[in-house]
Amino acid sequence: MCLAVPARVESCDSEKETARVETFGVQRDVSTRLIDESLKPGDYVLVHVGFAMRKIDIRQAEETLQMHNKIIHEFDS
Amino acid sequence: MSLTADTDLVDSFRDGRKIRAFARAIDNCYDGRPLAIMEVCGGHTHTIYRYGLAQHLPPGLKLIHGPGCPVCIMPKERIDAAIRMAQKPGVILVTLGDMMRVPGETMSLADARAGGARVEVVYSPLDTLKIALQNPHHRVVFFAIGFETTTPMTAVLVESVIAQKIKNVFFHINHVLVPPAVRALLEQQNNIDAFIAPSHVSVVTGAGIYQFMVSEYNRPVVVAGFEPVDVMQAILMLLQQDTPRLEIQYKRNVDMKGGLKAQQLVNTYFEIAPEFHWRGLGPIPASSLQLREEFSSHDAAIEFADECQLKPVPDHKLCLCGEILKGRALPKDCRVFGKGCTPEKPLGPCMVSSEGACAAEFKYGSLL
Repeated sequence: MCLAVPARVESCDSEKETARVETFGVQRDVSTRLIDESLKPGDYVLVHVGFAMRKIDIRQAEETLQMHNKIIHEFDS
Repeated sequence: MSLTADTDLVDSFRDGRKIRAFARAIDNCYDGRPLAIMEVCGGHTHTIYRYGLAQHLPPGLKLIHGPGCPVCIMPKERIDAAIRMAQKPGVILVTLGDMMRVPGETMSLADARAGGARVEVVYSPLDTLKIALQNPHHRVVFFAIGFETTTPMTAVLVESVIAQKIKNVFFHINHVLVPPAVRALLEQQNNIDAFIAPSHVSVVTGAGIYQFMVSEYNRPVVVAGFEPVDVMQAILMLLQQDTPRLEIQYKRNVDMKGGLKAQQLVNTYFEIAPEFHWRGLGPIPASSLQLREEFSSHDAAIEFADECQLKPVPDHKLCLCGEILKGRALPKDCRVFGKGCTPEKPLGPCMVSSEGACAAEFKYGSLL
């Protein structure tokens, strides 16, 4: 129920408060009514039941992945 | 490193090599003391089963499944209320797919639909608007379920209904809250040492809602993402804490504050309801939401007062969902698991819901 998927913003309509997003090649329209920041094409959002919930913090994602690489480096056999 | 494709936000958090590396890091860090970690959210339960994460952990480290499955904790009487409304002539009941096959006292919504009741499944709550506009002489009831993740979406539906002056939409509200449920667990029992906190509830509310688990109950808490590498990293972070703290592993989507617009919307349309009877946990005060009084013209509890009368309906005698939701039993402890209760013919919600522990055990358990 609480599953949400990352999606890439293709285009936004700030008046209608919607955006066209793409996940794994599938495009659909979502509501952006809940998003605090402004969105632009190329941004990534978390999508849940037809809504963009939040803009994904790509910098944080990259930092997390870098931390993973450190673990692999130290603990990979 | 730059992120250019979906793979970087999904596949890299499912990478088997990383899962195994984190397993070794956990093993290296673990001091051997028996430790019980509860993952609150059903989505995490599902990830743990699907990727067989428990196998990667040292034997003293136990994972306990929590009550964070909004379908699983729904008591039968609320499903029956939805069924009674759906069965009334001139009513269309609108629901997310998750609730269709969960048994009420005598039947599920799917059974009711097969019997002629008008039940529509939607992907988004906003799809309700079209149904209402296309059926102006019907009363359309939205069966609202979910934790804090989904409540803002219902709030947007309420906002749209009012803005567009759509008079024939009503709300059967069953939104529940995570912190009171966790507090009830911590008060009722003492078998949980640490917590993996929900991912997407936290996106909306901010991680700050779990601070009381540290300050009042001295338990370590890490907010984890849904992917298997997220969960493994969160377990490592829990082990690495010297004194109990609240930390966020899911930093790409969660901060302490959460979504302000979402919170404001929820606050505009909803208030805390006096009590909600949780399957397994029992009645918990101030653990759910109801529509604010000024919107009572759209409240199904008032429009359909008769049908929405909630008389507690006991679970099936042999159904162990209640104990499973508290982390006090495992699916395999249930006498009817896999025999009288299967995904095709479920006796309880834990077998129906995609996030239920029993459904996960049934689907993935034999693979381990």
